[in-house]
Amino acid sequence: MRRVRSGRPPATVTESIGNASAAVGAGRAAEIVFDAVTKRYPRRTEPAVRSLSLAVGAGEICVLVGPSGGGKTTAMRMVNRLIDITEGDIRIDGTSVRSLDATRLRRGIGYVIQQVGLFPHMTVAQNIGTVPRLLGWGRPRIRDRARELVELVGLDPGQDLDRYPAELSGGQRQRVGLARAMAADPPLMLMDEPFGALDPITRARLQDEFLRLHRAMRKTVIFVTHDIDEAIKMGDRIAILRPGGILAQYAAPDEILASPADDFVARFVGADRGLKRLSLMTLADLQLEPAGADAPGAPTATLSTPLRDALSEMLGQGGRPLTVVAEDRRPVGVVRLETIARALSRQAPAGRPKRGR
Amino acid sequence: MTAAQAAPVIPDFGGGGGCVRANRTFCWDWFSSHWGDTFEPALVQHLLLTGVAVMIGFAIATSCALVAHRRGWFEGPFVTVSGILYTIPSLALFQLLVPITGLTVLTAEIALVSYTLLIIFRNVLTGLREVPEDAREAARGMGLTANQILARVELPLALPAIVAGLRIATVTVISLATVAAFVIDRGLGAPIFAALQTSFKTEFIAAGALAVALALAADGLLVLVARALTPWAAARAA
Repeated sequence: MRRVRSGRPPATVTESIGNASAAVGAGRAAEIVFDAVTKRYPRRTEPAVRSLSLAVGAGEICVLVGPSGGGKTTAMRMVNRLIDITEGDIRIDGTSVRSLDATRLRRGIGYVIQQVGLFPHMTVAQNIGTVPRLLGWGRPRIRDRARELVELVGLDPGQDLDRYPAELSGGQRQRVGLARAMAADPPLMLMDEPFGALDPITRARLQDEFLRLHRAMRKTVIFVTHDIDEAIKMGDRIAILRPGGILAQYAAPDEILASPADDFVARFVGADRGLKRLSLMTLADLQLEPAGADAPGAPTATLSTPLRDALSEMLGQGGRPLTVVAEDRRPVGVVRLETIARALSRQAPAGRPKRGR
Repeated sequence: MTAAQAAPVIPDFGGGGGCVRANRTFCWDWFSSHWGDTFEPALVQHLLLTGVAVMIGFAIATSCALVAHRRGWFEGPFVTVSGILYTIPSLALFQLLVPITGLTVLTAEIALVSYTLLIIFRNVLTGLREVPEDAREAARGMGLTANQILARVELPLALPAIVAGLRIATVTVISLATVAAFVIDRGLGAPIFAALQTSFKTEFIAAGALAVALALAADGLLVLVARALTPWAAARAA
């Protein structure tokens, strides 16, 4: 069902977590398996997470999404044992997280939180160097790594390395948070609403940049959000948790939008799930009708236009068909309202690549 | 004393000019001629009394604050005990201690230390508790142990509050240490006590002014130390 994106077979967990070799794009990624994981808190009758089973392939972004009380953060925090598992097990590349020393386990897992949690008394470089320092890297190596990561997340190494967090904007801080989580090149990253505190424009930009980074790095990511649109945008697969910590559906975004498992999922993804599906596809995904005689002044759109935008354009033009052009402006076909309607009525094709990947 | 005030039969205090005999507000000549034999040693003794008291108080209060930081129940008993010590009038405390430890430096130091405990304890604990929860959470999530979090995150971030406590404690002790002359003949309190017996203004004012100057200097020094140790505290959005 999933395309395998990691070229290398996953290393063993002791290798992948213990050995923190670092080169950007090294592509070490771990496979995560939740095996009937339950979390019960003392003096509560209902569990926070109930018998959660799911597998995240190496290099995938798995988004845990749901309303509050769904146990998504609890589920994530059991992976690095910030919360203890009551029953069941979580395995990273086949090794149970319960069998590892908690601090060693955490040093091998990138961790990003909404409030970022940068250390105010440390410079950007020192913040990024936190885990490498714990792992005993030498100073020059840590400095080089910080420089490399600062550049990777879109900051200016010449200017920003020796700044304190108080001197950065919210977006810049979360960039540093990302860089810090990636410092020791962990095969797995946990991200708890990482962009939740940012303004919409900054959030969209960081989402895009993170997806671009992820394409290059191929790390396994567990990403928690309460925002279904963010889940659809970021996730290779989405796990929807309902209150009580029950897994309602675990599937690719397109499949969830095309065929929600039940009423809860349908309500959660929203009545506009058809439109949301359209934003996952581009004109390149459609069977286009052959381009006719070039009608001058006819509206055009490029192949990379999302179907949602193409539909909006057509509706704005009174329903006239769009001429689809390649990047070199050469017409390659025509799209009509019916073409898009047909695309939506199709069942979700398994494993079809998402837009932009 | 009232007799002395009513009829100022002023001795010449070891040879002074007219200024001394008239007991004017401040006789510079007398002060400068007694700097070496009276004031300089008194100032040094005062500094030592204060330094030792603040250092011992800091060690005790900080250790106890670290315990209270890990085990919250410890705060109540410590605050109660140090609070009682803090409210005992200093003269009464010296008087209480003399039968046990005698007219010694130890008596003076015990009293002075006991006044630093509450101040330093409160400030260290507040500083540790005001460390942003997200920084602590991130540190835990990255695999720092509890001791590493304390040493690398919590204590550095608590430093401004800790130094603030040290400043108050230091100034308090410098002021209180003058009362230690009640027990021992040391520090700037000694010339003040002597001047109280004779109502010789110059000696009284000189010692008092030196105590104030010492307090201001110590406070200023601590501010500079804090600034050097916490360059990040001055960082603001550009």
